[in-house]
Amino acid sequence: MKKRKGFHLILFAVGLALCCAVMNFGLIQTSKILIIQYVGIYIIFVLGINLVNGYLGIFSLAHAGIMAVGGYTASLASMHIFTSPWMFPLSLLTGGMASVLVGLCVAVPSFNVRGDYLAIITLGFSLIVKSILQNLEVVGGPRGLRPIPKYTNLIWVYLCVVLAIVMVNRFVKSKYGRNMMAIREDQIASELVSVDVRNAKSVAFSVSAFFIGISGALICHLLSYTNPNSYGYSAIIDGLVMVYLGGVGSITGSIIGALIWQILVQSLRTIGTWRWIIGGCILVVIMIFQPNGIFGNRELSIAGIKRAFAAIRNRLAKGAAGKKDGQ
Amino acid sequence: MGTYSQQFLQQTVNLVQLGSIYGLLAVGFSMVYGIARLVNFAYGPIFMVSTYLLFFFGTLMSAMTETAWIVLVFALIGASALTALLAIIIEKIAYKPLRGAPKVSVVVSSVGVGMALEYLVLSFIGPNPHRMPTFVGNSRYTVGGVNFSLATIIIVAVAVAAMVVLNLYIKKSRTGIALRAVAEDGLAASFMGISANWMISVAFILSAIMATIGASLYGVAYPTFNPYFGEQINWWSFTAAVLGGIGSVKGAILGGYLLAAVNVYSPMLLPTSSWRDVVAFGVLIFVLMIKPAGLIGKKRIEKV
Repeated sequence: MKKRKGFHLILFAVGLALCCAVMNFGLIQTSKILIIQYVGIYIIFVLGINLVNGYLGIFSLAHAGIMAVGGYTASLASMHIFTSPWMFPLSLLTGGMASVLVGLCVAVPSFNVRGDYLAIITLGFSLIVKSILQNLEVVGGPRGLRPIPKYTNLIWVYLCVVLAIVMVNRFVKSKYGRNMMAIREDQIASELVSVDVRNAKSVAFSVSAFFIGISGALICHLLSYTNPNSYGYSAIIDGLVMVYLGGVGSITGSIIGALIWQILVQSLRTIGTWRWIIGGCILVVIMIFQPNGIFGNRELSIAGIKRAFAAIRNRLAKGAAGKKDGQ
Repeated sequence: MGTYSQQFLQQTVNLVQLGSIYGLLAVGFSMVYGIARLVNFAYGPIFMVSTYLLFFFGTLMSAMTETAWIVLVFALIGASALTALLAIIIEKIAYKPLRGAPKVSVVVSSVGVGMALEYLVLSFIGPNPHRMPTFVGNSRYTVGGVNFSLATIIIVAVAVAAMVVLNLYIKKSRTGIALRAVAEDGLAASFMGISANWMISVAFILSAIMATIGASLYGVAYPTFNPYFGEQINWWSFTAAVLGGIGSVKGAILGGYLLAAVNVYSPMLLPTSSWRDVVAFGVLIFVLMIKPAGLIGKKRIEKV
């Protein structure tokens, strides 16, 4: 156990050194660094969504609104209060905390409204947030906020991603995480074995909102402007696509989903609208062959890879007779 | 005072017009949900494609004949047929392999289909708005200070007729009864010799026809369109269908009118129209908090 901890620390340090190197020595083009940053930020975003949509099993569409709240609050904080670059973590935290408050509000309807009806409520929430931001002249109305100080860089993104992955991993394995998964499988049964459903849902929504808010804050400080239109229908769809493409209820899945989708969307700009057509088709194909997403409810681990290889070897050994053997 | 009540009546006319369109679209959305248990996010893009088909058939026909109603009827028939074909193809490719998969996977698959459709149209036709050929002359009547246009009357009449016919079809015809049986319990229905697969296709056909009629009425009311507007329509019809109680035809109609009412009346009460969305969704959330299964949706009792 101790050995693995050391291994993880070394891995973390190597990653950090790599980030520094990339930033300072110009190893990679700036445009590619930007894509890496996008991927990192969206990994945090998708991890946040996955907590509610994957682990808790609620089809929520509130992420665009929560992201907007986090982004706007953090941007306002670093424009007016925490003006020095060293206080960037403070404005990130402010954004995250504001999102947590909003996330708690979204959790309330989930206590007694279910399924598609809850989806509509959360959709309404997102669109209300967008509409309010459009109407508030204090935050720039439809023109949005600018200039937001450009604090986000590769190192911040890297630190936030590592922190998010570690925290989500521990959270999911904690008592709260097990409660969440119990509710996903059967809410009534989990209530009967004395899972506090309201408490578990509130905790899940607020932790999820925290990460979504952080990702919103990071992206605002990366682009150095933001406007309400970035948090509309397309942001909702983007989030859903990445979660369900990568895999529900899986940290590996969140990373894979954000990676595939952001690389598709950001780096294939040369083929114009065709990337959306390809993206749509990829989505359909993956849903047909892997209905829970690429890593649905599974994690990538060394033991898992070994098991997969063993399974393949077994299947090959069985030859043509064992065509359809199931997993 | 007089002007205010006149304005109110005028808005009510608008409400009836908009509500009829929303109701019709919500019925199309609800149709598929009721039978196939599928929230079809490709509905908006299908609606958008059918608008383009109507546009093409409309311009084609108006080159051949002058009579407006012949143009409309032939454009409707052509566009409905092609839209229904498209809907069935989508169902067979993207939804049928997912029977028995988690519900959300099918929703995501439909998101993918919608995305592909929208951007296919975008890359072949381009983002510039087009204008629907005029199907209905713009004669106007004034009754008691309230303006009616011929378009409004026709929109309401066609929408109500379509909804009544659909309702009768589902209630009385053999196929309609089979549809309701599948909606109630697919497995039990299949024991009675009903092909659930065919019924799902029928639901998609009906949904596509509703979308096409809705598209023609929408085109009469608001003639300019571009490939992006399907998305908006999708969310509105989803909202209307859920508001009424998803899966129920009457609920969808009611939801459509309620949504239109909120949309039409809220600018009258508020200083600026820009707060409209806030009010609309505020009302929506309020209604759903009080009635968590929609206005006339059945509350399902969960069995353990």
